[in-house]
Amino acid sequence: MLKKVKKVKTTKTKKTLRRTSKATQNPIMNLNKAKELNLQFQGTGLSSDDFKKGKVCTTHWLGDTKYAWDRGIAIGKYLEGLKQGKILGVECHKCGRKMVPPRIFCEWCFKPIDNWIELLDTGTVNTFSLCYVTWDMERVKEPLLPAVIEIDGASKGMGIMHLLGEVDPKKIHVGMRVKAVWKPEKEREGAITDIKYWKPI
Amino acid sequence: MGNRVAIVGAGMTKFVRRAQETGKELCYEAAKMALDSCDMTLDQIDAVALGTAPDTFDGVHMKGEYLSDGAGAFGKPYMRSYVGGGTGVFSVAQGWYHIASGLIDTCIVICEEKMSSYRPHPQAAFMTIFDHTTERPLKPNLLWIFALEMNRYMNTYGLRKEDIALVAVKNKNNALDNPCAQIPKAVTVDDILKSEVLAWPVQRLDVSPVSDGAVALILTNETIARRVTNKPVWIEGVGWSLETSYWTDRDLCYPRYVEEAARMAYKMASVTDPRHQIHVAEPYDPFDYKELHHMEGLMLCGKGEAPQMTVDGITQRDGELPTCPSGGLLGVGNPIAAAGLMKVAELFWQLRGEAGKRQIARKPKRGVAQAWGDLMQVGTVVVVGI
Repeated sequence: MLKKVKKVKTTKTKKTLRRTSKATQNPIMNLNKAKELNLQFQGTGLSSDDFKKGKVCTTHWLGDTKYAWDRGIAIGKYLEGLKQGKILGVECHKCGRKMVPPRIFCEWCFKPIDNWIELLDTGTVNTFSLCYVTWDMERVKEPLLPAVIEIDGASKGMGIMHLLGEVDPKKIHVGMRVKAVWKPEKEREGAITDIKYWKPI
Repeated sequence: MGNRVAIVGAGMTKFVRRAQETGKELCYEAAKMALDSCDMTLDQIDAVALGTAPDTFDGVHMKGEYLSDGAGAFGKPYMRSYVGGGTGVFSVAQGWYHIASGLIDTCIVICEEKMSSYRPHPQAAFMTIFDHTTERPLKPNLLWIFALEMNRYMNTYGLRKEDIALVAVKNKNNALDNPCAQIPKAVTVDDILKSEVLAWPVQRLDVSPVSDGAVALILTNETIARRVTNKPVWIEGVGWSLETSYWTDRDLCYPRYVEEAARMAYKMASVTDPRHQIHVAEPYDPFDYKELHHMEGLMLCGKGEAPQMTVDGITQRDGELPTCPSGGLLGVGNPIAAAGLMKVAELFWQLRGEAGKRQIARKPKRGVAQAWGDLMQVGTVVVVGI
């Protein structure tokens, strides 16, 4: 072992880096030596007070960015379905998967899909959470109840993300059977929020 | 496969909640330290591979260009890679193929993140990762994803929160020995179970903090590595893989994409029995259950077996297969891309025996680092060895 180290060391003195002049200006060879030379990890932490009390100079900018997304071909049709109180899916004729959210191509088979099917508005809770913070980290007392819901009529494991409601948070469990609670027909606008939430059956 | 590629130097900044340094300055500090650590200068570097996560945090579009000067990219081939949280480990793969191809001899890999600029809280920036038509109207929070996945994992294997909290305890305590750790503090399982519930089953101390920081590595081909150092750490394998973005249609209990990435890297590294051929692992741990999830994906244990391994102490620093000896994201901090690269830097120091107080006594010869990201769907894996 010792011999090996020695050997490498001798090679090192013989051979040089491609541009020796610059390299030899810098004596730090490894971290142990770096320690001797007192090389420190850099980085200066500030507290939120440093910002609030103006201890550091800050520049503020309020971004006002607006977007308008078209709904696409598959999701467009899905949203039209929601407006009519239906959950639409698609079936790939090659792999046979019945999918939701719908898409115009099967990402597994990479083939076009045009076989639309109507799914049921009932399903099973695949997983859920009781969330006490909003999307921008405001605290809330009553938890939001996001869940992945496997939709009846689609292939096993095919689900969507949505919210649960009309339920005691303590009683929610994986495997719970749920049904969509729709907005009244007049209020539906062709959006995922046309389903208000899902309640236990 | 390709020319051999070595890591010969590493540097990093402290991870802090709010850095006074700008992103460019953080990049410079990490890059300079990495160069100094192997006695090299910028004019010996042929190319720069930069990794940094969403522009949204900084409010700077084309952040790669903004950071370029601090990364030492002036007058060099330069590219920013971005695969969300997986960026830190992926950028090593990017540096690797520059050199493995023979096109380039030396390369800096540098990853930076400054999350603190976004107001009022960086969390809100994550809203934009969700589907704008089918998900965003429900006002989702990034925590939902983790809470939903964690709950599914716990339900499938009948796990208790106490079992999972052991990961946070281990990593946060490991970080006590890391000079770059953001908030080094010893915690117990009880502390974690009593911390604020954010999105059940996720509690405050199950989560890594948001951070600012940068990490850099110097990669070279074999000839130069032999001249620069007597302790090169070889990149033996790289792998990455992507799962479908229809995340509500997939198995939330097992990260198949991590397994695919690991198989790619292991094949290249001739690792056939990861549980015994890997001596130290740095799986991605932004949340405590994620480490367990990823250990299973990395095939360091069977499906559902990671919690028991943790309970048995196998993953402790003095155990048979230490995981996150650095302290991980849970302990050191989570400046997204930089956190992933920190994992590879930790393996570099561990394999060279330079990890100081964090040094694993059992002289590890081979380690694996892994990160995860994009729309909760990418696995990136690097295997290094001496």
